Amino acid sequence: MDVSLGDLNAPHSMGTTIIGVTYNGGVVLGADSRTSTGMYVANRASDKITQLTDNVYVCRSGSAADSQIVSDYVRHFLHQHTIQLGQPATVKVAANLVRLLSYGNKNMLQTGLIVGGWDKYEGGKIYGIPLGGTVLELPFTIGGSGSSYLYGFFDQVWKEGMTQEEAEQLVVKAVSLAIARDGASGGVVRTVTINKDGVSRKFYPGDTLPLWHEELEAKDSLLDILSTASPEPMIS
Amino acid sequence: MTASESMPHKGGFSFDLCKRNEMLAQKGLKQPGFLKTVCFDLLRNNDLGYFYDGVILGADTRATEGPIVADKNCEKIHYMAPNIYCCGAGTAADTEAVTDMVSSQLKLHRYHTGRESRVVTALSLLKSHLFSYQGHVSAALVLGGVDVTGPHLHTIYPHGSTDTLPFATMGSGSLAAMAIFESKYCEGLSRDEGIKLVAEAICSGIFNDLGSGSNVDICVITKGKQEYLRNYMSPNPRTYISEKGYSFSKKTEVLLTKITPLREMVEVIEGADAMEE
Repeated sequence: MDVSLGDLNAPHSMGTTIIGVTYNGGVVLGADSRTSTGMYVANRASDKITQLTDNVYVCRSGSAADSQIVSDYVRHFLHQHTIQLGQPATVKVAANLVRLLSYGNKNMLQTGLIVGGWDKYEGGKIYGIPLGGTVLELPFTIGGSGSSYLYGFFDQVWKEGMTQEEAEQLVVKAVSLAIARDGASGGVVRTVTINKDGVSRKFYPGDTLPLWHEELEAKDSLLDILSTASPEPMIS
Repeated sequence: MTASESMPHKGGFSFDLCKRNEMLAQKGLKQPGFLKTVCFDLLRNNDLGYFYDGVILGADTRATEGPIVADKNCEKIHYMAPNIYCCGAGTAADTEAVTDMVSSQLKLHRYHTGRESRVVTALSLLKSHLFSYQGHVSAALVLGGVDVTGPHLHTIYPHGSTDTLPFATMGSGSLAAMAIFESKYCEGLSRDEGIKLVAEAICSGIFNDLGSGSNVDICVITKGKQEYLRNYMSPNPRTYISEKGYSFSKKTEVLLTKITPLREMVEVIEGADAMEE
């Protein structure tokens, strides 16, 4: 297949940047919004931060089909678990269910997930479940193809005990840095913040992100020409 | 992945033979002739738009077998339920089979529940089927419909991933059609504006993509109503039609004038030995 045309039959995958960060009192999850098939952007506004329960969300990377199936199953099991238990599932239970599926079917799945959420027993927690199906409980995790550009950045700037504002700004900055350098990441930045008060979703359009080395200010952008009403964040 | 691939997997379908065939093909094996007929009529280019209180589906009508146009006026907008339709791209046999199958499951579900089918139900049934076949069922679908929760538009890829979008395109003409949508789509289109936009996107596929061609089919679904506009546009009529017409005279042609009596052709041997046992 001619690479310049892009292989439209290639499995649909998310060359992605996903991030999970804990802060003083909760967690912030972040992701870009690009889904690609080969060289074609199949969806420029996808939502890679998926809800599992009221207080647990997951960031998806890798094969879109695989990550959707895993999160659909985990959501199903968590709902059953919540009904049987009569109280909200913990983040640890969610992460363990993801691990169970990822590890048990490791030869069929190509997906790395970051589970994050808040529960009354352990507070805000982030769990990374990379390709092999291991669980890593960490204060911050990065994932997807864009993450290779971010390890040094996080080693330098991540601090214990940040405020919600600091953590959100860190996540947006990190995703926008990765979008600038990683061709497979792009679009907008989405964040989900979870703490004892609940969940808040934020959406940062591509033209509001900071500009990095050698990037130019938008000029005669389609966004200015078209009379689009409101850039409603598309959440499925 | 080398270490993990050697692990036997538990449950599910076995794709060992697919892997074997791939390996043999890579080593230069020509697949046996009969296998070729299994697939390779590809339906291509389907698109779709979305408007204020309903969904508009559109498709071209070309089906191909490799470089040959196999059908110049096929139907690519499939019926799923009275309020749900689905555009199919990929292998014609697969899109037809998978939509028929799910359509029948939806009807049984309606008899069981006594309620109108929902678009998400169709979406889940399609994605779980496609996922379980790991991309070997080549159906790339655009699913649209209106149910009790409003209008919905989804795309489904052969590997079983799904997207939810305000406008979407699928198939080989999807790039050409998406270019139209990306430059002209806006929120709050009227029914007629929506149809015009979808038709223009399909035409862009018909004229700029080799896999797409012929006519435009449109399907408009609104609450409690659907209109299937078969051959809404025919931008490729025959350019030359012989003024003499194409009818052929019905007179019979004389092939032979000499009549040979049958009898002459029969050799009768008399006095031959009777058949012995």
